[in-house]
Amino acid sequence: MDRLSNNPDYELLEEDIGTEDEAVYVASQWRLIWWKFRRHRLAVASGIVLLIIYTLAIFCEFISPYDPTARNVMLTHAPPQRLRFVDSEGNFSLRPFVYGYKREIDPNTLRRTYSIDTSQKYPIYFLHRGTPYKFWGVWETDLHLFGVQDGYVHLLGTDRLGRDMLSRILYGARISTSIGLVGVALSFVLGVIIGGFSGYFGGWFDSIVQRLIEILRSIPTIPLWMGLSAALPPHWPQVRVYFGITIILSLIGWTQLARVVRSRFLSLRDEDFVTAARLCGASRFRIVVRHMVPSFLSYIIASITLAIPSMILGETSLSFLGLGLQAPAISWGVLLQEAQNVRTIALSPWLLLPGVMVFITVLAFNFFGDGLRDAADPYAR
Amino acid sequence: MKRESVLLEVKDLVKHFPIRKGFLKRVVGQVKAVDGVSFTIGEGEVLGLVGESGCGKTTVGRCILRAIDPTSGQLVFYSNNGLVDLAALSEDQLRPLRAEMQMIFQDPYSSLNPRMTTKDIIAEPLVCIAGMKKKEAEERVAELMRLVGLRPEYMRRYPHAFSGGQRQRIGIARALALNPRLIVCDESVSALDVSIQAQILNLLQDLQEQLHLTYLFISHDLSVVEHISDRVAVMYVGKLVEVADTEELYSQPRHPYTERLLAAVPVADPKVKRGRHQLKGEVADPANPPPGCLFHPRCSYAQDICAAKQPELQNVGKDGKEHFVACHFARELELQGVQAG
Ligand SMILES: Nc1ncnc2c1ncn2[C@@H]1O[C@H](COP(=O)(O)OP(=O)(O)OP(=O)(O)O)[C@@H](O)[C@H]1O
Ligand SMILES: [Mg+2]
Repeated sequence: MDRLSNNPDYELLEEDIGTEDEAVYVASQWRLIWWKFRRHRLAVASGIVLLIIYTLAIFCEFISPYDPTARNVMLTHAPPQRLRFVDSEGNFSLRPFVYGYKREIDPNTLRRTYSIDTSQKYPIYFLHRGTPYKFWGVWETDLHLFGVQDGYVHLLGTDRLGRDMLSRILYGARISTSIGLVGVALSFVLGVIIGGFSGYFGGWFDSIVQRLIEILRSIPTIPLWMGLSAALPPHWPQVRVYFGITIILSLIGWTQLARVVRSRFLSLRDEDFVTAARLCGASRFRIVVRHMVPSFLSYIIASITLAIPSMILGETSLSFLGLGLQAPAISWGVLLQEAQNVRTIALSPWLLLPGVMVFITVLAFNFFGDGLRDAADPYAR
Repeated sequence: MKRESVLLEVKDLVKHFPIRKGFLKRVVGQVKAVDGVSFTIGEGEVLGLVGESGCGKTTVGRCILRAIDPTSGQLVFYSNNGLVDLAALSEDQLRPLRAEMQMIFQDPYSSLNPRMTTKDIIAEPLVCIAGMKKKEAEERVAELMRLVGLRPEYMRRYPHAFSGGQRQRIGIARALALNPRLIVCDESVSALDVSIQAQILNLLQDLQEQLHLTYLFISHDLSVVEHISDRVAVMYVGKLVEVADTEELYSQPRHPYTERLLAAVPVADPKVKRGRHQLKGEVADPANPPPGCLFHPRCSYAQDICAAKQPELQNVGKDGKEHFVACHFARELELQGVQAG
């Protein structure tokens, strides 16, 4: 042993190691992925956007100034109010405020028009005690992020019944963004189990699964979704419809994941390091859990991320067409469905803001997922 | 020193890969990757296994270690706990035996899991077979790393921190972890730079002498095999065509295929005349082998009988030496070898 440790190769080894940064040498897969991902500016920015959107969705009751179903009949189709720090006389105040509206009704067309009324000044208070609600349906409280003592604040305007659009969009975010996650979680479970079995054991099971996937994927998605959601009983409670829709959405979603998992399993099964693990006496379970799953987990996470937008779009389209969730449920799709006429677009364009939210979320997921996918294999040579 | 006692006896090893086609994956033929191979390896011996690409060398090595399941045949292994037929054991029965037989792979990149630290890679057999605890395993890993010429301080590094040659040392350390007796080296130096090849080859040779290891050394590089092997087996399309002591096989080959292989070896010294018989023609298709002697379509000495009858592997050695050849004209032909050097 001594003879070996003193041989010239050993000297040589010391020389060509130790010149570079030790941190890189001991960096785990996840650290390398993070380093690679970090360089992808757009993806990082998208990640932050998503973080914000999900924070808003999670705390929507607290962040919304109003109950999303509360109506202000005197203030229907009101445009967004501007947040101000300087009043009409040029006085600056640190506390932001909004001006109220003066409502006029055109005697000919009976159309309401709103003009800013500088005599009504409503200062905004933070951590304001407003309408009571149950946070996550559990804790009773009346604390809101912000609100006004008297008057009203509708930063994103109101809809045809005078409901606060900001509150509605925030509540809608909870359903629309979570439907993507739940749907993907379902797809993930189905995809990983079925794809894993298919790839690891192969044989007739694999053949059947592959044919099934091909059939499922050759059906155009939108008509399939429409057909299936039309079949949901109309008297179902909202929660059940919600889960019905997610299941319908993940019916297609799992196929893609199953394919990814299967092909990874197939290629990994014949990798030398897996053979080596087997020759080292590793059990089947250990090989799958210690060697195979860590090797493709990052790919799975990337494909999951890329699968979420189509779920969100799926929910939005179905609800928009009146086949998914329906009022009184609040999702971005439902909100868009309510905004569904030409008059709205011309006269109350702020009612289309849920569509902007869908757009931003989907785009952010796509950029984020692209970044993840590029970073998923930090060992690419 | 060699052939004191037998360690492994391969008897009539066969491995056919089914060719499947179509929707129902029906079997439409068989790739006869290994088709009736028999040989023995003595304790402490290095047996070289050579042949062109695709002739089944890797398949033999993997069957012996049961990385793949042989179609038929026996693999009699003289283990520490007595005689076993490796081919007949289940995966669970094999596990304890895996301590005694290991593999050193060709590709130092794909054979190490990039997501595990060097320590975890080398400790894999310690944990899986010997059931060692972390602390215990770590000490052994450090010892092994020193043994193969790596600094134990680097055990927390991932494989990406190392060069090809260093990675191969990690692979060697892993193979040595539980003091194996038999090691299958499948092209273990072929993927490395020429300068590194010599280092790793010397390491393998040192370890073999020091730890009294037995190697099945698979390579298509005849000069590497000549350097390290006591005996050499030549394989062609799933069958052995010649087995003899290294020196004898290189200087007096008895099979036309061996002669051609030797003649095709590039020589550094231009004054030495070699390469009269270049290796021409395609290797026969193992899914559809020719009748008679598998080599006859490429053999310049072929006669009628070669296309009709398959020659058996027979001992033609003189003075009590063993020299097995599968050729109808093994005793008649005067073939040219190379000077040992
Ligand atoms: N898993 C497999 N399925 C089908 N055929 C296979 C499989 N593995 C090997 N073969 C075939 O078996 C034959 C022998 O392959 P093998 O890898 O043993 O050759 P080899 O002598 O090691 O070649 P090389 O020098 O290229 O490594 C080849 O024709 C190959 O195509
Ligand atoms: Mg090979």
